[in-house]
Amino acid sequence: MTFSTELEAKFARLLASYPPGRQRSAMIPMLMFAQDELGCVSAELVNEVARRIGVTPVQVEEVLTYYSMLHRKPLGKAHVQVCTNISCLLTGGAELWEQACSRLGIGHKEVLPDGSISLEEVECIGACSWAPAIQVNYQFHHFVTPEKLDRLLASLRNENPHAV
Amino acid sequence: MADPVKLTIDGRQIQAPPGTLVIDAAKRAGIEIPAFCYYEGLSLQAACRMCLVEVEKAPKLMASCTLPVAEGMVVRTETPQVAQARKATLEFLLTNHPLDCPVCDKGGECELQDMVFRYGAGESRFTEVKHHVEEKQWSPVVFYDAPRCILCFRCVRICTEGMGVGALGIVNRGVLSEIAPNHGDHLECDECGMCIDICPVGALTSGAYRYKTRPWEMEHAGTICTHCSNGCKVTLGVRNHEIVRGNNRDHSGINGEFLCIKGRYAFDFFGHPERLQSPLMRIDGKLQEVPWSRALAAVAAKFQEVKGRGGKFGVIGSTRTTNEENYYLQKLARQGLGTNHIDHHRSGDLVTLIDALSGRPNASLATTADLYNAKAVLVVAADLASEQPFLSFQVRANYRHHQARIYVVTEKAVREDAYAAAVVRGGVDGVESLRERLAREPELAILFGASVKGEELRKLVEFGSSLSIPVKYVCLLDYSNSRGAIDMGLMPELLPGCRPSEQPGMTIPEMLACADLDVLWVIGANPLARGQLASANAFAVVQEMFLTETALAAQVVLPASSAYEKTGTVTNVTGEVQRLASPLRKMGTKPDLEIIGLIAKEMGLAPLMGPWDAGKVFDQIRQTAPGYNLPLPAIASGGAAQTAALNGRVAAPSRPELIQSAANGLFESGTLGRYSKILHSVLEGRGRT
Ligand code: SF4
Ligand code: SF4
Ligand code: SF4
Ligand code: FES
Ligand code: FES
Repeated sequence: MTFSTELEAKFARLLASYPPGRQRSAMIPMLMFAQDELGCVSAELVNEVARRIGVTPVQVEEVLTYYSMLHRKPLGKAHVQVCTNISCLLTGGAELWEQACSRLGIGHKEVLPDGSISLEEVECIGACSWAPAIQVNYQFHHFVTPEKLDRLLASLRNENPHAV
Repeated sequence: MADPVKLTIDGRQIQAPPGTLVIDAAKRAGIEIPAFCYYEGLSLQAACRMCLVEVEKAPKLMASCTLPVAEGMVVRTETPQVAQARKATLEFLLTNHPLDCPVCDKGGECELQDMVFRYGAGESRFTEVKHHVEEKQWSPVVFYDAPRCILCFRCVRICTEGMGVGALGIVNRGVLSEIAPNHGDHLECDECGMCIDICPVGALTSGAYRYKTRPWEMEHAGTICTHCSNGCKVTLGVRNHEIVRGNNRDHSGINGEFLCIKGRYAFDFFGHPERLQSPLMRIDGKLQEVPWSRALAAVAAKFQEVKGRGGKFGVIGSTRTTNEENYYLQKLARQGLGTNHIDHHRSGDLVTLIDALSGRPNASLATTADLYNAKAVLVVAADLASEQPFLSFQVRANYRHHQARIYVVTEKAVREDAYAAAVVRGGVDGVESLRERLAREPELAILFGASVKGEELRKLVEFGSSLSIPVKYVCLLDYSNSRGAIDMGLMPELLPGCRPSEQPGMTIPEMLACADLDVLWVIGANPLARGQLASANAFAVVQEMFLTETALAAQVVLPASSAYEKTGTVTNVTGEVQRLASPLRKMGTKPDLEIIGLIAKEMGLAPLMGPWDAGKVFDQIRQTAPGYNLPLPAIASGGAAQTAALNGRVAAPSRPELIQSAANGLFESGTLGRYSKILHSVLEGRGRT
């Protein structure tokens, strides 16, 4: 499998940062970075990562299926993660989740037909102080209100995932 | 050795070497601590919490499977608090467990069932609907029922560590966790069933055994696997005169828990519909069923007639018949029929090895235990994992448990590469490049394949001696009694115990090519699968289980019992003699020993031969075959005894050109393999038939 030169460089740095014989420790970051580039973790990627770090593909599967932030199917260009854990729940997170579902007409881990947006209900994303919080790809949105959410979704629909 | 640690377990003073786990120290003192995930010989997991014990001064219960002993430690393994904790653990394990014990294969010998029975965790506070997943079939051998799984990881570890295969993993998390095979929805692996055997519950079940019986309805017989030369002990579970299960039930014998697919599942040739159950005679050009008396009389009359006129016999023995049968056969051939034309299919140059070892004080033959204990092991020209499964397991266990250095010299990649200290790709000459490293080892065990024979083998032994360290050898062979066929003198140039024959007779190729051969007598072999019989008038008598190519060409076919229907002994690849038990008999068949005896009797040779009783024949062997004067109690009690070293030259020409291994892979086993459905279904699944 071939990746972009940037990703290859990241892989090289990663693999060099663990002591000899411990290259398997690079598994999670490799999967994350590759997922960012390819959109999801394909079977081909599983085999490739396994080969590069010297484990069996089923050992990669073990990790891949354990972590909810690794995905087998492609996500939307903008992956909207709504937190409904305790702090966010107390400040309207559940309502935001309902709102996002009904506006987009999709549910948990589903993608709009045009591939622009996907939705996921997540556990605490570490932004409790600014609850309710939503994460879009790697960007955080704090103190989200129903209006803010609508504006956010509208802008994402305009295929501009990073606009707020 | 460091001083032992003193501790108290359940009020008893116990000593244990530092580093011993509390669970092991207790076990050695006869105190059993319950455990699901802990398994001796595998890496630690600490996943199940069944082994919790009270340790004085520790604030909470401790997992004894990962707790090393400490000086002055006071441990209590059965207190109300401990029982309460175990009960709670069991309640958790049962939250999604289907409790389908009445139809579960494991019911009656299930560790979970036993523990629930013991701790009385019969009630549950969980009222939620149980999470259900459908059962899956991963291969012809392996089925997985996730709801029954208690996630102890034993299967994953035995496959990765014990087998070196790594075909299983554990996917998902929390309540959705389950075991997964290496190819998404199916397994591609050794199909050894080790994972099934080690599963404490009925989550992994085998295609061969599932839903056939309840465990307590079987009778068990500990015997020796009839497939490869490694000689694993196997317990046959018999119900209604059929074999329904193979395992090594009490982990006794040389192989402990190990069995490969052949020992565990390929017993199904026993009940194959094409099994011969009546003697056949060629009448009007066609093989037709006749009674035993008629067939035996015809054979004896022919033998008598040919013997009377000084005609030519050719006798081909088997690599799966017992030592007693082989001995009896060569005795009848040599002393009764007066012929030295006796041979068997040769799969390794043991004769040259024994000859080359003579006069070398530092060189001997290894046992299977030596392969587990030797500080260093050298594998030459052999694919152990595929062709010598148990030896491969031993070498791997030696590396895992003792950090033995493994050296590999092979043409192709082998499983041992993964943990070898050094790998050389190429022929036997490659050992030279390892000379310096090997000479620094304290000792060495060398295993070599069939291609190392004759002069090359002598060179290898010379190389071994030049290292100036103790070296033990294993000459790899094909079948369950290939070694016994050599030792019992199924060779034209050698009498029992490798004594040279004064008038060497014909080898198999010579018999087949002999234009005026009068009788070809074949016992459990199929020479005509590869060769042609030149003599048009030869009277062929074949003792077989199936209508092989050779049987089809015979004048008389006598239906033989399999090794699982016989008593007697076999000698494995490392010269370890073990006893067969006969839990059953296929109707219409007779053991080869009896058939040979009956032919002799018909010929009036009974006084010469003595009774066809395996014990009596073994007495003859002990007296006449050097190396076989073995301690009987060891063998009679189901153990193994290695034949004594011959310590002397073998004054007969070795015939390396006759040596050819069948190179049976994991799913092949000569004629028996052809009649094993389970081996076929695995091969078919891989598109290899
Ligand atoms: S059958 Fe043997 S090789 Fe296959 S998964 Fe089970 S333990 Fe591993
Ligand atoms: S399948 Fe059996 S051995 Fe494997 S984790 Fe489950 S219970 Fe343990
Ligand atoms: S390794 Fe050989 S003797 Fe052992 S079970 Fe397999 S075929 Fe039988
Ligand atoms: S609970 Fe939502 S960010 Fe912590
Ligand atoms: S046996 Fe100790 S935790 Fe499982």
